[in-house]
Amino acid sequence: MRRYFGRKLLIYLVTFFLAVTIDWLIPRLTPGDPIQNMLARAALNANAAETMYTYYTHAFRLDLPIWQQYLNFWNALFHGDLGISTYLFPTPVADVIKDAVPYDIFLLLPAILLSWWAGNKFGAFAARTKRLDNTALPIAYLLTATPYMWLGILLAWLFGIILGWFPIAGAYSYTMGTELSWTFVGSVLHHWFLPFASLFIIFFGGWAIGMRNMIIYELEADYSHYLEALGAPRKLIRKYAFRNAILPQITGLALQLGVIVAGALVTEVVFSYPGIGYLILAAIQNQDYFLVQGCFLFIIMGVLLANFLIDIAYVIVDPRTRKGMVGE
Amino acid sequence: MAEAKDKKKRNEFLYFAFRNNKLKVGISIVLFFLVLAAVGALFTKHDPEAFVGPLSDPPSSEFWFGTTVFGQDVFAQFVAGVRATFIVGALGGGLATLIGMLVGFVAGYRGGMVDESLNVLTNIVLVIPTFALLLIISAYFEVRGLILESVFIGLTSWPWAARAIRSQTLSLRSREFVDLARMSGMKPLRIIFTEIAPNMMSYLVMAFILQFGGAILIAATLDFIGLGPTTGFSLGIMMQYAVLWGALPLGTWWWFVPPGAAIAAIVGALYFMNVGLDELFNPKLRET
Repeated sequence: MRRYFGRKLLIYLVTFFLAVTIDWLIPRLTPGDPIQNMLARAALNANAAETMYTYYTHAFRLDLPIWQQYLNFWNALFHGDLGISTYLFPTPVADVIKDAVPYDIFLLLPAILLSWWAGNKFGAFAARTKRLDNTALPIAYLLTATPYMWLGILLAWLFGIILGWFPIAGAYSYTMGTELSWTFVGSVLHHWFLPFASLFIIFFGGWAIGMRNMIIYELEADYSHYLEALGAPRKLIRKYAFRNAILPQITGLALQLGVIVAGALVTEVVFSYPGIGYLILAAIQNQDYFLVQGCFLFIIMGVLLANFLIDIAYVIVDPRTRKGMVGE
Repeated sequence: MAEAKDKKKRNEFLYFAFRNNKLKVGISIVLFFLVLAAVGALFTKHDPEAFVGPLSDPPSSEFWFGTTVFGQDVFAQFVAGVRATFIVGALGGGLATLIGMLVGFVAGYRGGMVDESLNVLTNIVLVIPTFALLLIISAYFEVRGLILESVFIGLTSWPWAARAIRSQTLSLRSREFVDLARMSGMKPLRIIFTEIAPNMMSYLVMAFILQFGGAILIAATLDFIGLGPTTGFSLGIMMQYAVLWGALPLGTWWWFVPPGAAIAAIVGALYFMNVGLDELFNPKLRET
């Protein structure tokens, strides 16, 4: 078990180190000077631009030797300093992100966990059930092939515009401030439902397919045939198959995190849901590079942390990893 | 004699290929869109970017898919977008498969330290949320083209293929015919390409199809967030504009329904093809 975690941790640390380095390097490698771009947008007169340029260069420490800049970047990072947003000047990037994160968690956690649970149950149920397999499988494949934003747009159009059942923008009603009352909670849930549903539906398709394929594979395994030969009831065999098939699905959850995050980002854009995705869009449109960089680092850290939690879950579920029988 | 046997085997392969409905449906849909991308421009009377018609006009005989809020021909944009979609899929998916093959073959065949270090590399690219990586890289490029986008996608999405190919190579490496080739003094590179690769051709084809579909979806997502090609059209860009310029409240569904539907149809058909091929290559999965 120590070997298992040691390996994983090493990979996560190296990944984090690389991600931070990329985050630092990219603005310095690509053409264009972020400060110049920022000032060009402000359209100041030449004199003021000059003063502003030196001020910002100094404020962002771009006048130091390159290695010092790199060390400073790490130092600042460990102090939770991700720079200052130019779009929401002078709010620190870390604060901007901190305000957006609760919405992401509120949206993603239920969507991921519920779809994983429901998709696995459904996939296991559909496998080798001829009629369901023939109708549900094509639909599931179509779902995983659907671009996240398109399903979001369709749901918003159908349930938001035509039927008018749900609002299609924001996290709560614009006429309300954040308060603790039942009407506010109701409004939050009302705004949350459509983005949640569009993520849930697409995730669901993927998990259902994965589980269905794994169950078929497990039902072909020797132990299944042996149980069958012993005359064990179908339900029991499927129970064992499910337990074995759930392991790759846990790994799959870890591997899919990147795709899931991408899906969440664009879904938030469609529904103007004020999470990290919406923030990134605003940052890109306003050329706020510090904010883009901060969001990037934050996503990396979130995904690495989630990976680590899934690793722990895997050890709890699979006794073989605990006893050191599986290397990876 | 050997030729006749070979021919018979190929016939059997084709026999099952034509019996497989999933494969037939998948290939037909992909071919339909491919033809549309190739010759569709002949049927479009307008430039995708030109402001030619009435504003927000529903589909008509003049504008098959209607017009945008600016009076652009949606069908012309759609055809250009489908073409861009295939280019991204082929280039991005192709590059990813190529890198995956390179890493997978070398890691699986060489083993030892080479395998270990390539494995660490694969795991790092696998664990990093590549979309976030693409986002930050694209954000810093002021001028982006379709080719550049495809290359970025290819460079970040190969680990899946690499892992699958590595494990296959690992199992083939210790087979007798590979040992024989090694003993007869064949160079490693030749062994890989003449002994190992042909025996996992089905795997490679399927890996390419999956990467093809994946690249299309990633590109659409990038385009939608505004980090796609800065010139030209794509299906993702169409959806971006539709949402940005209020197609939803205006109810101009013909603007945002076709691009997403095309992506879902193409990628879905590719996945479907893959299931069909899987059944073709692996008789255990065939439906009786």
